[in-house]
Formats: sequence, structure tokens, C-alpha cells
Amino acid sequence: MRDVAVISFVQSAVARDAVHNEVEMLVPTLHAAMAESGIPKNEIGFVCSGSLDYLQGGPFAFVSGLDAVGAWPPMRESHVEMDAAWALYEAWVAIQTGEVDSALVYGFGKSSTGDLHEIMTLQYDPYYVAPLWPSMVDVSAMQARAYLDASGRHEDELAEVAARAQRNGRSNPYAVRAGDVNANDVLAQPVTHDPLRDADIAPITDGTAAVVLAAGELARSRCERPAWIRGLDHRIEAHSLGVRDLTTSESTRAAAAAAGVAAGEIDIAELHAQFSHEELMLAEAIGLTANTVINPSGGPLASNPVMSAGLIRIGEVARRIWSGEAGRGVAHATSGPCLQQNLVCVLESDH
Amino acid sequence: MAGNRVGVVGVGQTHHRAARKDVSMAGLVREAAIEALEDADMTWSDIDAVVIGKAPDMFEGVAMPELYLSDALGAVGKPMMRVHTAGSVGGSTSIVAAKLVAAGIHERVLTVAYEKQSESNATWGLSVPMPFAAPLVAGAGGYFAPLIRAYMYRSGAPRHIGHLVAVKDRLAALRNPKAHLHLPDIDLKTVEESFLLWDPLRYLDVCPSSDGAMAMVLGSEKVADASAGSVAWVHGMAMRSEPTMFARRDQINPQAGKDCAKDVYAQAGITNPRDDFDCAEVYVPFSWYEPMWLENLGFCAEGDGWKLTEAGATAPDGDIPWNPSGGVLSSNPIGASGMVRFGEAAQQVRGRAADYQVELRTGKALGHAYGGGSQFFSMWVVGRDKPA
Amino acid sequence: MAEPLVEPHVLEYPGGYTRSVGPVIGRFLTGLRDGRIEAVRLADGRVLVPPTEYDPSTSAPVDADGPQWIDVGPRGTVQTFTWVATPRPGKHPLTKPFAFALIRPDGADTALLHVVDCGGPDAIRIGSRVAPRWRAERTGHMTDIEAWVPLGDGEEPEPAALHVPAEDEQPVTGITSTTRLEYNLTAGAATARYLEGLGEGKIIGARAPSSSDVYAASRGTDPITGEATSIEVEVKASGVITTYCVVNIPGLSELAPEIPYVSAQILLDGANNTFFGLIRGLDVDDVHMGMRVKAKWADELKPDHTSILWWEPTGEPDEAYDRYKDYL
Repeated sequence: MRDVAVISFVQSAVARDAVHNEVEMLVPTLHAAMAESGIPKNEIGFVCSGSLDYLQGGPFAFVSGLDAVGAWPPMRESHVEMDAAWALYEAWVAIQTGEVDSALVYGFGKSSTGDLHEIMTLQYDPYYVAPLWPSMVDVSAMQARAYLDASGRHEDELAEVAARAQRNGRSNPYAVRAGDVNANDVLAQPVTHDPLRDADIAPITDGTAAVVLAAGELARSRCERPAWIRGLDHRIEAHSLGVRDLTTSESTRAAAAAAGVAAGEIDIAELHAQFSHEELMLAEAIGLTANTVINPSGGPLASNPVMSAGLIRIGEVARRIWSGEAGRGVAHATSGPCLQQNLVCVLESDH
Repeated sequence: MAGNRVGVVGVGQTHHRAARKDVSMAGLVREAAIEALEDADMTWSDIDAVVIGKAPDMFEGVAMPELYLSDALGAVGKPMMRVHTAGSVGGSTSIVAAKLVAAGIHERVLTVAYEKQSESNATWGLSVPMPFAAPLVAGAGGYFAPLIRAYMYRSGAPRHIGHLVAVKDRLAALRNPKAHLHLPDIDLKTVEESFLLWDPLRYLDVCPSSDGAMAMVLGSEKVADASAGSVAWVHGMAMRSEPTMFARRDQINPQAGKDCAKDVYAQAGITNPRDDFDCAEVYVPFSWYEPMWLENLGFCAEGDGWKLTEAGATAPDGDIPWNPSGGVLSSNPIGASGMVRFGEAAQQVRGRAADYQVELRTGKALGHAYGGGSQFFSMWVVGRDKPA
Repeated sequence: MAEPLVEPHVLEYPGGYTRSVGPVIGRFLTGLRDGRIEAVRLADGRVLVPPTEYDPSTSAPVDADGPQWIDVGPRGTVQTFTWVATPRPGKHPLTKPFAFALIRPDGADTALLHVVDCGGPDAIRIGSRVAPRWRAERTGHMTDIEAWVPLGDGEEPEPAALHVPAEDEQPVTGITSTTRLEYNLTAGAATARYLEGLGEGKIIGARAPSSSDVYAASRGTDPITGEATSIEVEVKASGVITTYCVVNIPGLSELAPEIPYVSAQILLDGANNTFFGLIRGLDVDDVHMGMRVKAKWADELKPDHTSILWWEPTGEPDEAYDRYKDYL
């Protein structure tokens, strides 16, 4: 396997951008990511993005993203209708074949324009489930209850996750929800989606993210302390919520094992937990201990630009490796109802 | 081609129809997948990863359908991805799957592309009105018909050229039991008399709207060598994209198409496509795109595509058959069509095309897909023999 | 700059998606119509409800006929739930507060997702015993069960009203699903400016920073470089037809005029890109490449596409092919 590193990362996030469309939001992000990488556009080997037509409100919506790239001369370019973490996976594979040595990966999406939680209902079984319109929060709340019941954990542990996310978010300029919040502040909120409170649910966010990957010597020449991808794997579970064990994240466990998480210490973990109970489940599935700082960025509970949020987890680990704050970290991304599909990425600095 | 060798060891597809009312979405994709697995002499548990692709989710009203289809396609506990690159998606999905093998990450990958567009309808799906966008008064054909007029002007092609392709591909489809359109009585006269939809495109110059799915099993060299059946080896694969609109953009002979072909030909050692291929499966949804793509893909000089068509070179008994399966003009499940081209090219070099098998001389074929405003291209070259 | 330009947008396939369900799902839905809950015993002995066409663990096919089909329920046990205090109108099956739950019918090893009508969040817990309240008139749809209701100890579930088959009734083969999603979409600063210009009787374009190209109706970037465009240029509301087609299909859009009509690519004077426009004011047979046209503005100008009604001939001599050949 070739050594591939994350060498630049840029994101943008606001609660709602009513002025700019997705392309206008993406332009500064892409330009900054390429500038930061030191690789000019016409030397980037491959471009891959993740976005969701249903978020944009119409078919082929992803095509407009290309206007922000400047795809001329014609480029090797592809797109997944998934979180950009999977676009990163596709780009990593392209580099592994040897066809290219670098890739620009980006994600974008506005959750503020439609009803995100209802849009996600269209992911569910079209015959048996979607006609009843359980929202993304409805199904996640059911998982939360099942998890609390099976694990013996209590809502105050959820509140602590939610509060810590907002406290960590204070140091994140892209947080849309951050503050000096403690668990009691959260518990004082009403339960809106039993057993979840507002703070337990990721905030609606509009945003973009971009990452540049580079192989071997190219990475070393452009980045002082590349964040090497030492493990990258993803797995999916069965679709039906009634068939799955909702109290554990088996696919996260399997992806983490295949990615080699356990091969060393984990200084930080950025988990794509859109609900507080998910953070607890994911930490268990990955096998994190108290020695790992979880979601130093605040995670999705502080800022959740859907379709970029998984890629952002990878970026947030990478930049803490560049800064020397961490030597080895895990980034996680998820897709589908109740953590149906999960991706785990292990990043490490040179020793 | 970069990376390890990749072989196509199994191919399957559905009977493409106007509406597959006999199956659910899972039923549709499984029909193709099961045929591909059986062809590869494999079961679901042999597969390491699944890559699916399709056109916009609005056609079926299911968002991110890989989530719903995970267990239907044997992907539980495995990696699964969904590619979306507009009309070229069937091709790019094949390439994403092939790269997993070429990179040495997986040994056996199942790839599926589909569309069940009868659940809504293609005309609506292709032109959902959006605020702020200029209202589309002319529909999908209305985007391409003006380009065809411009090609005719540029090249001096006579008006009947497109109709020749319309006849050729539908007659070819008669020998393909999976094709949607079987029009045994089609001839030049019936095409010329068919309704003029968007001048110069007539009804029979235009592809149908189909429900259908295509699947392939791709294997590593080790897996392909062990395969009892014949193998189509991937000699080259490439993708290129360009912007939808920019100053002085040539939409008739897009640069991205030329660059993509140049790349894939270089990988596969193709120097003269007309001679080096036994046939080509090329994405021709409107009849006139055959002469246009003949030029774009370097089968002849610019301006001469229509002469090749007129001379019968691309007919099944010509020296360079194009779309011996009947092509997109005979079956068009939008998200699947690109993979149908890639898969049919593979079937030809495997000698598995049954009644529409072309004679193999070089043992190489081209698979091609395009999409968007003629801006996304994906192509592969497959061969009966291992690449050098 | 003016207020951000945001418009409501509804994404809905008119009439709903017509979903064919195949024989396995069809059999389950037919059972619901009959007031029964059917399940499938898989190869490993697990009983799966609602049944899928394949085993979720092995992907092996499930047969629509055959001895593995068994009735389960009607009683069931709540595996997990969430109380929905504010139902979504037009979407959720009940208009009063209810619980979503995963309910395992007696005899099954998996749960189905449905709603429980129990009055309040305190009336349901994991382990609650429930039974279906069937609709009197059933069609073969998950909502044939209107809701599940708590079942007291010793209480008998209310049986389903007898389904009287219509004459010639067939097993269920499909459902229709409406999916209405509402959005408030942002035009974006560049498009908003362009539309504002239309409201002033102008066509606004932008000059690409790195070249001298002007893009009429720019979407905010130079598509070649991806740079944001900021230099605003007014483009003339006249130009040349580079290519066109004659449309003979009626009703393609609410704005489409009577057939036949011409849809053309127009290269405006001062711009380096084309866009589509409707051509009127002459016989469709007289339209030709190279013809000069000008915008026909609406009497009442608004900041939207209604300001330009169509494009009509100026009467000037045709442009030479060389002038527009790079623009098709």
C-alpha cells in the first residue's frame, strides 16, 4: 500500500447562509484547500466530492459544485451521493492504484433549506417504513432509548456528552452551537424527542469542507508533518431497524478492527456522532479509553454540515497531527439511519 | 492501466422493460446481480465489496438507496459505496469497482447499476423545475437537438444519417433478448415518418425510457485465472469531466471526451480505434450521437463520422460494429446504461454475446458512457487476452 | 445589496411514486389487507417480519410461496420507542401525539416499525404488550394497521374487521407513495443580482477575473478557473442564434407556448456564453442559425425570468458563421 497523507484541510460552517448558494460557499473552501496544499489545481491528480441531491432540492444538483472547481482542462473527477468521507475513500483508492499521486476531496450541503430530518426519511425502506414518515430524529431517539436500556447508562451521561461538545466547540470557529454549558444545563432543557433533548441533537448547519491527499514524497515536499492514513475501512449493516441490534455499532467495530485502530495509542478521536448517545456507542465500538480526547472540535453536536461532517472528522484529526497536538488519531464517519454504515480512518504522524 | 490486473468474471442484466411491475427495487437489482454471480460461479459470500451506481434519487424517490439495498445485495458486513455522476454513472461505477481490485484492496467486487424510473417518469426526473433557473421549455431532447443541428451544419451531414443509426441499433436489438425495444418492422421509412419531436430528432431517433439493472463481478488476476468461464481483462479505464458551460465550449466534440479516449487508448495500446477494436458499445441515446461520437472517440477525422455511419461501417456486419447489443437506443434505464455498455463490451470479448456476438479478431472492445451536458465521460477497454 | 433572494420550492412527484412491490412484499401486504401479519421462517430458523425478498444475513432468496410463511402476532412486544409530542402534519400517520416503536409480534424474531396510540409517554415502555388496531377498510399497505394499542393483562386484541374482497380482486402488487418535501432555496448572490437586473430591464453578466470573457447570467464563478467573479458587466439584450430546435411536443412546461415553437441557443452581444431562449415573432420554418434576435421584455418587469417573454428577430442582416461558430 502506498503512503497517503492528508496535507490540507479547510471547512466552512454557519447555521444558515441565506445569501450564498452552495457553489458560492464552496469557492473559498476549495481555493484555500489547494493553496494550503501547495499543489496547484492543474497538478491535482483527481477530484472527488460528496453531496446529496435531496439536500439541494433537485436532481443533478451536484453538477453545480463543479463550477467551484474550475474543471478545465478536463479533469479526472468523480462524485458519490454520500458523505465526502466516502469521496475521500474513493480518492484514496485512486491514489493506491498509482494512477495519480494527489487528490482534492470536498463535500458541501445546506441543511437549513429543507427539513433535514424529514429528507432523511427517504433513506428508509420505501415499502414498510418511509410511508409512516419516521424522521431521522424519531429513529435515532428509538436507538437512544434501546441503548440506554441495554447499557444501563442514564440520560445524565448523554447530557455530559452534549455539554462537553458545546464546551469544546468554544475553540472551534466553525461551531454553530458552543458555550460554557454543563450537564445540568442540558438536563434543564425539555425532552423534545424522547429521550433526547435539543442539545443531544446535532444543530442544523450549512457548510463545506475540502481536504487534499498526497502520496509519499509529494506529501513530504508539501507538508512539514503529514497526517498519514495508516488505516481506512468502512462497513455497512442490514437496513431494517427491526433486524439490527441497535444497541451496539457492529459495523464500526468491524471497520475499526480492519483499520488497525488497536495497533497503537489513540490520542484523539473525532466521531461523527449526530446524537449524544451515538458518541457513547461509537467510543465503545472503536474501543476508546479515557486516554483519548473525544471530539476536541466539539464534533457534530457543535457543527454538523451534512455531507461534509464525516470528511471534517478526518480533517480535524489531521490538523491536530500537523500541529503536534496529537501523534495518532481516529476519525469516524457514518451514513444511514441509526449508524447503519460506518467508516473508520486512522491517522498518524511520522515517528 | 494503473495497478493490478482486473478481470470481468461475471456479467448479468435484467430484461429491460418500460416498467418492471413484477419486481420491487431490490428484486430488480438482484435479478442482475444473481445472474452475474452465477456467471462467475460465485455466491454472495464470495464477494468482498459492493459498488452501486444510479442516476438521481428523485427518479425512484429513495434517497441513498445503497442503505436500503445493503442486505439485498449481500453487502452486510462489507464495504459498500454508491457513485453518482449523472448519465455516465454506469461507467464510472464500473471504474470505481475496478479500482478496488486494481489497488489490491479487494479480490472480488460486485458492481450494480440500475434505474426503476417507471416509478415516476424520466421526463419529470430529468427536468424538475427549480426556482431561479431559467425555465426549461424544451425538455431533455431540447437540450441535445440544437447541438445535433449544429453538427449537421458543421459536417454537412445529410438529414437521414441519424435515422440510419435508429434502424441499425433496433435491428441489432432483435438479437438481444434482454433489450427493451424489439421493433422487427423498423426501417428508414418508419423512422422518417415517426413524429418529429424536436426538429431534427424524430420519435424513433430517441431512446426509450426503461427500467433495468446491470451487474458485473470483477476479480483480481488470481480470481480470474481460477475462473472456469471466460474473462474480459480490463486493459484501460479513464474518466474525465469538464464544466457544463464556459466561453467557447465545444459541446459537439467535447474536449473531455477526447481526453478520456486518449488516456484509455494509451493505457490499452490502442493507436487506431477503428482497426484495433472488434466493436464498441457507446452511449448513443439520440441517433445522431453515433456520428458525433465516432469523431470524438477518434474513429475517424472530425467531420467524417456521418460518412462512416452511412457507409455501414458501424453495422453488425461492418468493419467496426457499434452497439451490437442494440445500445441505449434500444434500452435506457438511465443509471444502468453506462454499465450496460461496459458489460456488453466485456461480453463481446468473452465471446458470450450469443446471437449478437461479433467476430473477434483483435479481441478488444470499447465501453463508453457520458452524461450531464456532454461533460462527464467514462470509458474502458476490455480484451480477451491479458494486457501486456 | 438587496435582501437575500430565497424562494420556496416543493419537490414532489405529482400523484406519488407508483411502487411495484414484487411477490414477497406483495404477499405480506395482501396479508395485511386480510387482517393478518405474515412472516417468513429463514434457513437458520429465525422468523422475519416484515419479510424481505432475501435473508438479511445471507442474502439468500426468500420464496413468495412455500411452507416458510407463518402468521405472527397479533399481539406484540415493544422493543423500543420514542414519544412523538408534535406529529408532522401530512406525514406522520396520526395527528395526535403518539409513539413510534419497534414492535416484535409474537412468534417473530424481528421487529417491525409502527406507531402506538397510547395516550401519553408514560403509557408505554420497553416490554409493553400491544396489539394492532386494524382499519375497517384496508388496501394492502402498512397503514392497514392504523396503530398499535396497549393490551392489558388478559385482554383480547380486537380482531380485524373482515375484509370483503372486491370483485376480481388480485393480490397486492404495488403501493403509491407521495413524498412532498418543502425547501426555501437561496438564489446565491450572483444569480440574485442577475434576476435583480432583469427587473430593471437589464441583462447582467460578470467578467472572468483571469480572462476577458464575460458570462451573461453568471452564477458567480468563472467556470474555467473556479474563481469568484466580481466585475459586473451589462450585456446587451440582443444577440445571434447559434443553433436551435423546433419543439413539437405539447405541454413540456407550463410556460411553453403552442406547438410548434423554437428553443434556441443565443449568444448575446458582449457575452462569451450562450443560453437557451424561446424564439417568437416569425414562422418556425424561417428561424435559422445566424439570425439576430432581441429580447421582448414584459410590460411589467420583475426580478425573475418572466421579465423576458421571448426573443424576436431584429430584422438586421445575419451574422457570419465565423462570428458564432465557437458558440455552436
